[in-house]
Amino acid sequence: MATLVLDDLRKSFGKTSVLHGVDLALVSGEMLVIVGASGCGKSTLLRLVAGLEEPSGGRIVLDGVDVAARDPADRDIAMVFQNYALYPHMSVFDNMAYGLRIRNMAKAEIGKRVAEAAALLELSHLLERKPRQLSGGQRQRVAMGRAIVRNPKLFLFDEPLSNLDATLRVTMRAEIRRLQRRMAVTSLYVTHDQVEAMTLGDRLLVLHQGRPVQLATPMEVFNRPANIYVAGFIGAPAMNLLPATLVADGAAARLTIGQTLHFVDGRRPGAEGRRLVIGIRPEHLNLDDDGFVLPVDLVEPLGSETVVIGKLEGGQMMTIKLPAAGVSDTSLRVAIPPTHIHVFDAESGLRLEPQ
Amino acid sequence: MERRTIFPGRAFPILLVLPQLLLTFVFFLWPAGQAIWSSMTRADPFGIRTTFVGTENFYDLFTDPLYRDSIGRTLVFCVAVSVLSMGVALLLAVCADREIRGRGWYRIMLIWPYAVAPAVAAVLWILLLHPQIGLIGRWLNRHGVPWDYKLNGLQAMSVVIGASAWKQVSYNFIFFLAGLQSIPRAVIEAARMDGAKGWFRFRTMVLPLLMPTVFFLIVVNLVYAAFDTFGTIQALTQGGPGKATETLVVKVFRDGLINLDVGGSSAQSVVLMLGVIVLTAVQFRFLSRRTDS
Repeated sequence: MATLVLDDLRKSFGKTSVLHGVDLALVSGEMLVIVGASGCGKSTLLRLVAGLEEPSGGRIVLDGVDVAARDPADRDIAMVFQNYALYPHMSVFDNMAYGLRIRNMAKAEIGKRVAEAAALLELSHLLERKPRQLSGGQRQRVAMGRAIVRNPKLFLFDEPLSNLDATLRVTMRAEIRRLQRRMAVTSLYVTHDQVEAMTLGDRLLVLHQGRPVQLATPMEVFNRPANIYVAGFIGAPAMNLLPATLVADGAAARLTIGQTLHFVDGRRPGAEGRRLVIGIRPEHLNLDDDGFVLPVDLVEPLGSETVVIGKLEGGQMMTIKLPAAGVSDTSLRVAIPPTHIHVFDAESGLRLEPQ
Repeated sequence: MERRTIFPGRAFPILLVLPQLLLTFVFFLWPAGQAIWSSMTRADPFGIRTTFVGTENFYDLFTDPLYRDSIGRTLVFCVAVSVLSMGVALLLAVCADREIRGRGWYRIMLIWPYAVAPAVAAVLWILLLHPQIGLIGRWLNRHGVPWDYKLNGLQAMSVVIGASAWKQVSYNFIFFLAGLQSIPRAVIEAARMDGAKGWFRFRTMVLPLLMPTVFFLIVVNLVYAAFDTFGTIQALTQGGPGKATETLVVKVFRDGLINLDVGGSSAQSVVLMLGVIVLTAVQFRFLSRRTDS
């Protein structure tokens, strides 16, 4: 158990800067999920903490000690890799014992620790097998076991579930969460999967183009996205983003598709006519006989619910999520409830709070 | 996956393999047959009459202490060349596997020696090591080291071992580099995270994963050292001084073409041929195992 502090951590490859200064503080036992589209720098961030890449600037403080200049071997950090990276020539037991043997641990103690971890992960009957004789889920668990036995200060997860099939992914996701809670090891978890991000993290760090854009609890990120990028990235199907202008002395927004929405939580700052983007999640749109007409483009029945993608005049797409009942496939009448809208500044992309 | 083409009729497939069959017949089966035949004959000193003597040449060969000496010498030579060339190649490959500046050039330079003809390489070594005209040879003698590989058997042996190993380093280097690069990056990174460093990491992680390449190269290098170094040795020392660098292939040449004992020389080459067949069989087994895994 340890704390981790990143202080203005930077990385550039040649002239290309991929991380533009990340500040972060993890409390002991916390699981922080780093989420972002591919190429946002999240894996690079993880590899910097691991010591597999050298930072171009900044500090990595683990338990009060700056480890940025240390070899990965001397950081006491364990990592679970995307493709598991098991040692192919070693048995499951040896895979888990490797790190302990390096630390000159007594044989009996090694046996005990590996047995414990194996029991925890239901690997006890597989200890003699080689990695190639294991299924994907078993390999994943061996990779977890290899990290657990060392009892490190910090766990790093680099998209550990992305090579598993969908069903297994759900099971392993819960298993990882349970293990992390139980062992209370401070963890960094990188993923591009927003369901993983929402369910696993105590807090979420959204990275965009090498910059942190929001750091908050998953629900906070979902309910109050800090900017247009986060609003569109978190939540499925993605939030509808509609261009608008500020009217009525900051008390309302006029959408370019015609409606005027009065803010229920207060006036927004700025001059009359300030360009805005109004966000509304598909599940918050209502069917309303007095609403505007949404010509249906595509209906996606998901069983428990139905996603309808509509196309307004002028080409603006709009997604709406409805309970499973039979939906008209020609057009709907839709209303935007002002209680659920998110207001962003069109210039900066930032969320606009009421004054 | 098995790919098989089915031809209608027989004439066309036979036509397709005919060139290969012809080559094998003209360059292998025919001369091999002749060697086997002449290994069972003996010619008189003037080469006028040859008589059939059965296995007598082979009996003479295996009771000849000079032949046994040559076998021992060849073994020492083969092991020394293989160890030296593989050791140096592995070291260079490990260096080249890293992210270094000018890596492309470094690799090209290392692969070059393989393209140099044995005789040319030998001349190059003579220009370096000759006691009177060689750069290194003269330097050694001037500094009080009595260097003359034309008189000193041990020195001669070191020279042919060095020159033969040098030519094979390129080949080994290519295979080692390919082997190193086929080790997944993440596995090595996982070992680093687990706390493995330097030599320990190399010994417990890299080397075991490189083992298939090592086995393959051992066989290839033994075959090379035993059969493919005639040109180098002949050009450098002609098997001398005395018999100090006379390996089995050199002895075949000397006995047959210099001493004109065609029967005895043929018997030696038949023995060598059996050796090649055995080693090639071993090599094929390794090759097929490599592609299996």
